[in-house]
Amino acid sequence: MSSLIDTFRDEALELILELESALLELEESPHDATQIDRVFRALHTLKGSGGLAGFDDVAGFCHEAETVFELVRSGERQVDQELVSLTLSAQDHLKGMLLAEFGADAVDDEQTAELVAAFQALLPFRQEISSHSIESMTGHSSDQVTYRIRFRPEPNLFRQGVQPQFLLNELTHLGEAIVVAQLDGIPPLDELDPEECRVYWDVLLTTDQDENAIRDVFIFVEENCELVIQQIDDGSRLDQVEDYKRLGEILVERGDLTPKDLEKYLKEKKRLGEALIEEGAVNGSKIHSALLEQERVQTLRRERKAHDAMESIRVKSDRLDKLVNLVGEMVTVQARLSQFSSGRVDAELLSIAEEVERLTWDLRDQVLSIRMLPIGGTFSRFKRLVRDLGAELDKEVMLITDGGETELDKTVIDQLNDPLVHLVRNSIGHGIEPAGVRKAIGKPGKGRITLSAQHSGAYVLLTVADDGAGLDLGRIRAKAIEKGLINAQDDLSEREISSLIFVPGFSTAEEVSNVSGRGVGMDVVRLAIDALRGSIEVHSEAGQGTTFIIKLPLTLAIIDGLLIDIATEHYILPLSAVEECIELSRADAELAHGRNLVKVRGEIVPYVRLRDEFNINHDCPEIEQVVIANIEGLRIGFVVDHVVGEHQTVIKNLGRMYQDIAGVSGATILGDGRVALILDLPQLAERAEKHEKSALH
Amino acid sequence: MSKRVMTVDDSSTVRQVLHMTLEGAGYEVLQAVDGVDALKKLSTEIVDMLVTDLNMPNMDGIALIKQVRRNPGNRFMPIIMLTTESQPEKKLEGKSAGASGWIVKPFKPEQLLAVVRMVCPV
Repeated sequence: MSSLIDTFRDEALELILELESALLELEESPHDATQIDRVFRALHTLKGSGGLAGFDDVAGFCHEAETVFELVRSGERQVDQELVSLTLSAQDHLKGMLLAEFGADAVDDEQTAELVAAFQALLPFRQEISSHSIESMTGHSSDQVTYRIRFRPEPNLFRQGVQPQFLLNELTHLGEAIVVAQLDGIPPLDELDPEECRVYWDVLLTTDQDENAIRDVFIFVEENCELVIQQIDDGSRLDQVEDYKRLGEILVERGDLTPKDLEKYLKEKKRLGEALIEEGAVNGSKIHSALLEQERVQTLRRERKAHDAMESIRVKSDRLDKLVNLVGEMVTVQARLSQFSSGRVDAELLSIAEEVERLTWDLRDQVLSIRMLPIGGTFSRFKRLVRDLGAELDKEVMLITDGGETELDKTVIDQLNDPLVHLVRNSIGHGIEPAGVRKAIGKPGKGRITLSAQHSGAYVLLTVADDGAGLDLGRIRAKAIEKGLINAQDDLSEREISSLIFVPGFSTAEEVSNVSGRGVGMDVVRLAIDALRGSIEVHSEAGQGTTFIIKLPLTLAIIDGLLIDIATEHYILPLSAVEECIELSRADAELAHGRNLVKVRGEIVPYVRLRDEFNINHDCPEIEQVVIANIEGLRIGFVVDHVVGEHQTVIKNLGRMYQDIAGVSGATILGDGRVALILDLPQLAERAEKHEKSALH
Repeated sequence: MSKRVMTVDDSSTVRQVLHMTLEGAGYEVLQAVDGVDALKKLSTEIVDMLVTDLNMPNMDGIALIKQVRRNPGNRFMPIIMLTTESQPEKKLEGKSAGASGWIVKPFKPEQLLAVVRMVCPV
């Protein structure tokens, strides 16, 4: 069989010829219904086949012409010279479009638009152009909902070629279904017409699909049946009591029993079901169906309750904090044990120490994961903020969130709220333009803010992006000069200018509003992110929007570190930033003529001598080590004496006095009880860069 | 035994899409190019289901459905019509002529199969 594309091309070229010949005939005899029909059908078939074969533009173009000829066919419009000429040029154009798909020169889009407009102008009123794709109406929800469905087809169902069992079967594809056939509509044998459908069905369906999905199953028999769909249980509701309705209630809801009768039979001193059957008020199979419903819902609720109880328990977060602290202590002690045991020649002690080490690491991972929460909860709170701020500033804004399932340490999430609020406020206040402005420059009137989160190694990247005007670099620069933050002659890159917004006291808003422009926003954001040992950067494109990227560590309490020595001092570098370690001999260092540069497999990498940074005046070993780290995309080396190895680092705060020391983010206690400082590599790199610059000037 | 489907459409592209999709799902497919052709073939072949276009030369889909339903052997046969979005009224016309359901063109293979499965599972 030839490929579908080839089939379509052959067919389409044939149809275009057919269209031409029909049009020429039509010109001779404009009232000839046969010719009108030929034209219409050629266009109609081209549209249908084009759509199927994936030639949407051909299909869309034909649609316009077809709509006009539809009117001609129904007598609402006459064929005239103008229409024939227009359609003939459309026919030429169609041929061009088709050949363009198979390698010929592309057609002029403007001409396409002109022709489309010409056809549309022939319509009595602007018809809504229907979309060419049919999206399924069904929506999903994560929770299971149970429906009670009664499907009672008209007796003539079979004559429509519809088999009800296939429809019921289709329901079972949607979820778990219990089907009960009701037979009370079947007449006595001598009156029975086997070609009629007299059975009807009760279905209990537990599904994650919505009601539309169920209605879709019955779409072809909608007019020929009685279809009742009632939601009887919603799995997303946690407040439900386990008990479900009583039998009588269910029967009344289903319309199988009147409330009056219910009252009457309840007065009898028998069980309701028995009384109803004895009196013949409701037949056994309806009662059976109702009882099934009762049992089904109760089972579901019971299961759900048991499941929820198993899934989670609520614990106060300070208990978790204590647990994390204890694990931190334990990691420290374990490190001591390992160090102690490795110094002895005692196989048994060593194996115990190794076992403790393994268990401690597992424990650490488990405890830290308890504190991890999805960030989606924080994201969802922004919907309201965006809505309210948009209304306040008279801007149309929609919020899109992505990656809400990304997990972060609870402490990080708690402290992230304010910076994110600042950023979103700024995006709405400064970034997104008013709807009128947006429309004038061809953007959709509704602005768009995207909040997203994703994992990237030991970090989580949070993005706050808007499709607004972007940062006004000229104004930022002017403002920075005015505020004395930079000098007028400074030569700054775009990136440097945009990062000026994070400098304290910087704000460009011309009037101070409730939303932005208090001049505290961005530097506060940066401080908050720094406190979380994260970093923030901004990317902006004029007219396209601004994107803030926040990089955060997964957890705050314990990190994987790389333990290094300089003389007698120990330091920890965060392992997540470390790429590799290489040796640096004195001869290598001299090759660079006093510049701090080292060649790593052909690439020149600048380095920082930590020995100099920390003023350690001690003999330097003949061969030093360079730890190459990746800092915001740049490779920078840090020269140390020895690389000791990986170290489970429990982060201890430095105390208020030392909190703001640049280059040091914390401390940790080593196995032997000594203290090692945890280095803040980005700050060290930044400081070294400044030194270098001032040395050059 | 696999189910036999007759597809009726004057467009070879549509016929090919129907053929590939249905055959891929395990149906045996017979093709006809219009109503007259379909009726002729139906007089000698037994099929389990009919999928027909509505707009065709010689005999259109509605007329075909009426004719097919007249044959006692085909009274309960599922018949699916191919309609377009621009002709919602055709659905009703087709249904009263005896169609079981419809598919709106252009359709995706999975949409076709979802409908076919509802009226005539393999």
